[in-house]
Amino acid sequence: MLDIRNLHATVADKPILKGISLSVPAGEVHAIMGPNGSGKSTLGYVLSGRPGYEVTEGSATFDGKDLLALEPHERAAAGLFLGFQYPVEIPGVSSLQFLRESLNSQRRSRGEPELSGGEFIKLAREQAALLGMDVDMLKRPVNVGFSGGEKKRAEMVQMGIMNPKFAILDETDSGLDIDALRAVGAGINRIMRAPDKGVLLITHYQRLLDYVTPDKVHVLNAGRIVRSGGPELAHELEREGYAEAAA
Amino acid sequence: MTAPFPTRKQEEWRYADLDALKPVWEQFAEPLTLTIGAGDSFEDVWVPTGDDVQVKRMSIALGAGAKARLFVLNTASVYGRIELQVSLEADANFELFAANIGDGQSTNEIVTNVRHIGERGRSRQVVRSVLGGKAVGSYLGKVEVARGAQQTDGEQSVKAMLLNRGATANCKPELEIFADDVKCAHGASVGELDETQMFYAQSRGLDPASARALLLEGFVMGLWDNVADEAQREAICAAARGALRRVA
Ligand SMILES: Nc1ncnc2c1ncn2[C@@H]1O[C@H](COP(=O)(O)OP(=O)(O)OP(=O)(O)O)[C@@H](O)[C@H]1O
Ligand SMILES: [Mg+2]
Repeated sequence: MLDIRNLHATVADKPILKGISLSVPAGEVHAIMGPNGSGKSTLGYVLSGRPGYEVTEGSATFDGKDLLALEPHERAAAGLFLGFQYPVEIPGVSSLQFLRESLNSQRRSRGEPELSGGEFIKLAREQAALLGMDVDMLKRPVNVGFSGGEKKRAEMVQMGIMNPKFAILDETDSGLDIDALRAVGAGINRIMRAPDKGVLLITHYQRLLDYVTPDKVHVLNAGRIVRSGGPELAHELEREGYAEAAA
Repeated sequence: MTAPFPTRKQEEWRYADLDALKPVWEQFAEPLTLTIGAGDSFEDVWVPTGDDVQVKRMSIALGAGAKARLFVLNTASVYGRIELQVSLEADANFELFAANIGDGQSTNEIVTNVRHIGERGRSRQVVRSVLGGKAVGSYLGKVEVARGAQQTDGEQSVKAMLLNRGATANCKPELEIFADDVKCAHGASVGELDETQMFYAQSRGLDPASARALLLEGFVMGLWDNVADEAQREAICAAARGALRRVA
């Protein structure tokens, strides 16, 4: 479903990704772990088309389409979702308006009918409730004044509303308390565990993987995948650290 | 006899489009006057008419304890000027929430002169400008505090967003204070759209133009939150939204 071949990318002319190859078939969840600064977020940004992240070599296809040729909003319409490591605040724009316009813009470009105000509120209320978030939080400006954990939970509400085909979740577990972690884990399974969907789960810790069992675990180091394995690899990393496990 | 035609040498006409003003000067030469009696309240919403040149000049005298609140959208395609002379007696309260939205070659300006004559007066001016193309947007705001107008509280908050290198924002808050126990705050900033916010919005499915329009809406729309009349609030929001879509 997502095929990355020999991907090289630079940020501000500095090579960060140095030949990543990775394939996530439909129905699978792959975890990406790796030390700080190894390029995990960069990979997420490159795949979602952030300006300033330049691909210098290699390819990425999504359901057979050349992902790298699409604009960020076209990637979203194609079904890609990026859960941000640091969700962005947008003062003056309510989450409800933001998400409704975003979703309808995606639907328009897919040739699907737009949701009416009423239909959208119903969907938003449903998804917020499933993640244990009060829908009133979504009347506030996007992420403004949210705690770190609330922002991460809100990202998952956004994901529930968008219902993407493929999600790249960048440290969605960081900053979550124990209950929130459980809710977010359950949310990821509910929204994304399906035969026609896929997930790239960027994380530092085993604890999220206790809820969302990955099919594969990859270790990223200095812009390269240095090891891949099954779920047991995450346990090994947790026990022994990157220096040992990736040696 | 009409008032003499202004020149750019006069500070308050410094950024004006006098060529556009000339043919219509007669009708605007004398500012409208409005007196709000002691303890009375006045609120108004100024939505653009759609004319190429739109000028509104008004002088407002606020009696003791009187209140005036204006919500203004200034977005003429050639020249828009909002000019306010406000005087405040003791305990009077004046609030202005205004936006300049312009693109193309337009000039839109808000020029105010707020005079605190009595004690404990409060004035608050919040101005947001969104400028694209080669548009010029200006705010010239003078706050005068007369001798004896103690405990005056004057605030000016001015922010401009430039969407294009060719666009210009002029911002000139000015204070003239002759009393010693007063609080006058002013802040001004000029910026561009935040790239991180732009990418966040696009990653959720908004095309660049819609993302820009949405972020700008957030920048401007807070101005109208307190319009009392629902229909008027809708009207000014709709007009602002339309103007932003044009500019973005
Ligand atoms: N705008 C930039 N200019 C220069 N270097 C950058 C820029 N953005 C990121 N980098 C560098 O790219 C490298 C990879 O950063 P990235 O954010 O992808 O790491 P990460 O694996 O997500 O780390 P973490 O676990 O801390 O989130 C880092 O060395 C970082 O300093
Ligand atoms: Mg990161």
